[in-house]
Amino acid sequence: MDLLGFENYLWLCTALFCIGAFGVLIRRNVIILLMCIELMLNAANLMFIAFSYKWNNMDGHIFVFFSMLVAAAEVAVGLALIVLIFRKYRTTDIRMFDKLKG
Amino acid sequence: MEINNFVFVLLSVITLLCAMGVVLVKNPIHSGLYLVLTMFSIAGHYVLLSAQFVAVVNIIVYAGAVMVLLLFVMMLLNLNKENEPLKSFKVKMLGAIVSGMMLVSMVAMYKVKMTTQSLAGIPISKDFGYVKPLGNLLFTKYVFPFELSSILFLAAIVGAVFLGNRNKIEQ
Repeated sequence: MDLLGFENYLWLCTALFCIGAFGVLIRRNVIILLMCIELMLNAANLMFIAFSYKWNNMDGHIFVFFSMLVAAAEVAVGLALIVLIFRKYRTTDIRMFDKLKG
Repeated sequence: MEINNFVFVLLSVITLLCAMGVVLVKNPIHSGLYLVLTMFSIAGHYVLLSAQFVAVVNIIVYAGAVMVLLLFVMMLLNLNKENEPLKSFKVKMLGAIVSGMMLVSMVAMYKVKMTTQSLAGIPISKDFGYVKPLGNLLFTKYVFPFELSSILFLAAIVGAVFLGNRNKIEQ
């Protein structure tokens, strides 16, 4: 690695991932939960890019593309569900989502 | 070399502070704006790792499309500080302990791996991160997952439109 210590990226991505997990554990608003999941996904993406830089292998970039794609699809469907739940119960509390089971 | 290290430290501090902001700020709109800042600093990290194309895509897709969608829905539902559902202090402490333990165990795992495996790496080639080698890879080696992703998007579009129009369809 010519410019920076590779370990630094490991620490940064781990910290970012754990902050995202912390958010998922302490928040109740579904939209915030979605955003914390985005944070965790981004930590994984950054790790992919760091490893692909380290091993001079661009396959990591492709994986980042696919994970962004899945995240975008997830947000689209998730927000449609959130709007639907909000119309019925007037809240975005995660506890209301147990009403989804039929 | 020193300027790179300086930029890395600066971007890392911005990333972590904004990520904490996303989690801790009470107003959902402010959380969303902090997440936009986090996305931009992560794009800066990508540029630092000479993945320019991925950095641009990250800004367009995440900071552009996804965040606009999230902020739009937040403003549509009129979410603000007053009607934000909160968890109790005990649950927050438990969450902090659990995620802190996760952090410690992951760091310990890396430390153990680092003592047993070398971290030498390979110097990058000249056209690393450019669009041409990326396209070559995407349309030869990964062409099947690429085609499958179109089906995933079609399913997501149909699902979102169906959920959005459900009342009309039922009538």
